Amino acid sequence: MLEIKDIHTYYGESYILQGVSLELQKGELVTLLGRNGAGKTTTIKTIMGFLIPRPGAIHFKGREITGLRPHQIARMGMGFVPEDRRIFSSLTVLENLNLPVVGGGSDGWSLDKIFEHFSILEERIRHKGSELSGGEQQMLAIARILRSGAELLLLDEPTEGLAPFLIRTIEGIMKEIKKSGMTVLLVEQNIHFATEVADRHYILYGGKIAYHETNQEFKGNEEVKRKFLGI
Amino acid sequence: MSQYLITQFLNGLVLGSLYVLLSIGLSAIFGMLGIINFAHGALYMLGAYAAYTVVGVLSGNFLIAILVVPLAIGLIGALLETTLLRRLYRVVPLYNLLLTFGLMLAIQDAVRIGYGPEGEPFNIPSALLGAVNLGFTYYPKYRLFIFAITVLASIGLILFLEKTKLGSIIRAGTEDSDMVDALGIDIGKIFTLVFGIGAALAGLAGVLAAPVQNVAPAMGMSFLVDTFVVVVIGGMGSIIGSIIAGLIIGETLTIGVLIWPPMATTLIYVFMAIILLIRPRGLFGREKFHE
Ligand SMILES: Nc1ncnc2c1ncn2[C@@H]1O[C@H](COP(=O)(O)OP(=O)(O)O)[C@@H](O)[C@H]1O
Ligand SMILES: [Mg+2]
Repeated sequence: MLEIKDIHTYYGESYILQGVSLELQKGELVTLLGRNGAGKTTTIKTIMGFLIPRPGAIHFKGREITGLRPHQIARMGMGFVPEDRRIFSSLTVLENLNLPVVGGGSDGWSLDKIFEHFSILEERIRHKGSELSGGEQQMLAIARILRSGAELLLLDEPTEGLAPFLIRTIEGIMKEIKKSGMTVLLVEQNIHFATEVADRHYILYGGKIAYHETNQEFKGNEEVKRKFLGI
Repeated sequence: MSQYLITQFLNGLVLGSLYVLLSIGLSAIFGMLGIINFAHGALYMLGAYAAYTVVGVLSGNFLIAILVVPLAIGLIGALLETTLLRRLYRVVPLYNLLLTFGLMLAIQDAVRIGYGPEGEPFNIPSALLGAVNLGFTYYPKYRLFIFAITVLASIGLILFLEKTKLGSIIRAGTEDSDMVDALGIDIGKIFTLVFGIGAALAGLAGVLAAPVQNVAPAMGMSFLVDTFVVVVIGGMGSIIGSIIAGLIIGETLTIGVLIWPPMATTLIYVFMAIILLIRPRGLFGREKFHE
């Protein structure tokens, strides 16, 4: 589904990703873990086409997407939920939900299906993005991308700053997303949440993938958690 | 005296109307593309010359000019955006300033070469000659027409932005263009559209101004400076801000002349300075631009 081969990404002169490779099979939920500043967001932005790796290659559904513009990548079926949510504050919840272009060959979730899983949003349908709480904004960011029919989701810390009951809601949605056959690359700091939902884990450390194992192995590996994640 | 005051007040609304049409585009282009478009005044001037060409040279109808000229200037704007401006979005703003400033000079000189440096005569269309009895005063028909067209254009634009899908994309793009792109929408096309709409409104202002201002190559230059003041006061990227601030500046200039002529133009800068001190983002601007 997604194959990243040896990507190197810079911000100006700062060399952030120093040869990152990873691979996702269709239907998998895989996390990208790492300490603050490890380069997780940079990886996501590189996949989405905001940053161009040099060198390095990214293949999505068998096609090379390196160098394509974000909207071209999105239309192939890649969905992006950014770290800071980036809800459009002057648009209503409904307008936010109707914005994405449906692409990638599969239909997006209908509004009915969205409201079934995100009942909070239905009550807020006419409210502006700026009137939502942080948790509601996060729900909207996820719901918005589900409308696009994306086959692969890039989720950057969806549980950050959320109350425990909202994290449980998102956990339920993750499982629903998985059941529907979507593939997910999840960036997460909340290890408990990560091990609840994921099949496999990658850990970014020093600009490279330092560890890569199944959920089962990772759960029990205290040494790796201490060494690469500081916990 | 009060009769005279009312007339001046109406004159202020009419002058303000032109500022409104010009500043909406200037403000939207800055709000979304991050570009200060010095060529905006030149597009306004082009609108006036295009109207002069349609009506004076081709002996066409003023109504045709009002419909066709904004479209043509809008297309020119869209063309400038796709061929030139788009290349410079990702570099330091100074290059954008140089480019749009250079474009302004180039357009002005092209017109000077084509039509000569002196102004062109432009008469008020005969159907709009004369005055209307407003009950409390008589007022020139054509000036009311300028105001009415501006009201219609503003309402149309607000409805388009608030009620249509494309409008919601433009509003979203003004907030966060990268995120709009990530949702599968080619933001480059939206930039072109916004630049084109802004140019079309400048062209419309040029057509409307042609019968009441001197149609000359430099006519956009001085107007542009005042329009920058309007954009700063109204807040970058805000249509409502442009409308309110445009009318305020129109009034300040025309009423100010009554009190003490030399003061009128200074007054708008004083007003701008006060706004910048107490509310740097302008009356209706969003915080984003002043982080
Ligand atoms: N726009 C930027 N310009 C320069 N450096 C940046 C930029 N964004 C992030 N960085 C740097 O890149 C590194 C990786 O950042 P990021 O990918 O956001 O980390 P993570 O998401 O893992 O916390 C950090 O050292 C950060 O300071
Ligand atoms: Mg991050």
